[in-house]
Amino acid sequence: MAKVDLTVRILRFNPEVDKKPYWQEYQVSADETAQVLDVLHQIKWYQDGTLTLRRSCAHGVCGSDAMVINGSNRLACKTLVRDVAPKLTVEPIRGLPVIKDLVVDMEPFFASYRAVEPWFMNDERPPVRERLQSQEERARFDDTTKCILCAACTTSCPSFWANGRYIGPAAIVQAHRFIFDSRDQGQAERLQVLNDRFGVWACRTAFNCVEACPREINITKAIGEVKKALLFGEVDF
Amino acid sequence: MRGKVNRMGFRQKPIGGRFEIYSWYFMRLSGAVLLLIAVAHLMLMHVVIRVENIDFGTVEARWLGPWGPFWRLYDLSLLVFALLHGFNGLRWVIDDYIQRPGWNIIIKGLALLLLIIVILMGAYAIFSFRG
Repeated sequence: MAKVDLTVRILRFNPEVDKKPYWQEYQVSADETAQVLDVLHQIKWYQDGTLTLRRSCAHGVCGSDAMVINGSNRLACKTLVRDVAPKLTVEPIRGLPVIKDLVVDMEPFFASYRAVEPWFMNDERPPVRERLQSQEERARFDDTTKCILCAACTTSCPSFWANGRYIGPAAIVQAHRFIFDSRDQGQAERLQVLNDRFGVWACRTAFNCVEACPREINITKAIGEVKKALLFGEVDF
Repeated sequence: MRGKVNRMGFRQKPIGGRFEIYSWYFMRLSGAVLLLIAVAHLMLMHVVIRVENIDFGTVEARWLGPWGPFWRLYDLSLLVFALLHGFNGLRWVIDDYIQRPGWNIIIKGLALLLLIIVILMGAYAIFSFRG
């Protein structure tokens, strides 16, 4: 496997010591098919143990390692060295408070997520086997089931950067997943949460979220469907 | 937003209401209307009449001619749609960037006042014109 020499610039910040964030440069030699996450591991494990980052599964499923890679919101585990070489810049995702280096405080993000009440609501007595749904009904919200809550969309959104009170694309995607599920009965409650000037109406259709999503969810479309459901007062399954 | 707590999150219960819904829908509709009437206005003034020929007399002839009432209404709708569309967009920008509740209300209030004054001035000019 071909090795590539990389110049890696990382935006470092330790609020206990530093007054403001600063760039630190590292030289790394990595396989061209390695992940950016491998490069960060190489730095942390063999060059500078103080580098702090968050990751868990390392395979694009857990959504822990979203960061700004060469200017775009990406998962470090889904971005390959050959696509960024020879220069790699890594910053924490924007719009959330930095705890240290690449680790941000996700609490505001998850507070918005909880606000849409992202669990199945149906007060009817469950049938003996299961709640049936046609393939078409299941396909209606398939796109928004793919979300892994990595926050790449919300932290790429200029409305969210400008005003952290905006509930953000990720929470709307999660609400969409239930609103358009024919088995769910919490539509009115969720739509009410989103009907706010800092809810779905703070979306200015910049499409940054669509570009940032590592799961390729058509987020702006989902937000548009929620807006339409609010406007016409009905959910079009 | 973080003040009141709803069932699980930190977020205050939304105010609801249909204002934001209709405001969003209005932006879509007025955008489509403006695309028609503003482009038609542009074509008429810049291509048909041509900029070098436009003077007081051009407007006078149009507003006082047999189609006068139509052109006055056309110009009024251009004014009203463009201003409402633009100022509603400005309201969104103010909500995005001015977060202190007091300043937010004050600046939106000033924008609303300006909007009303400009619409009234424009409407007065259009309908009081006698040549």
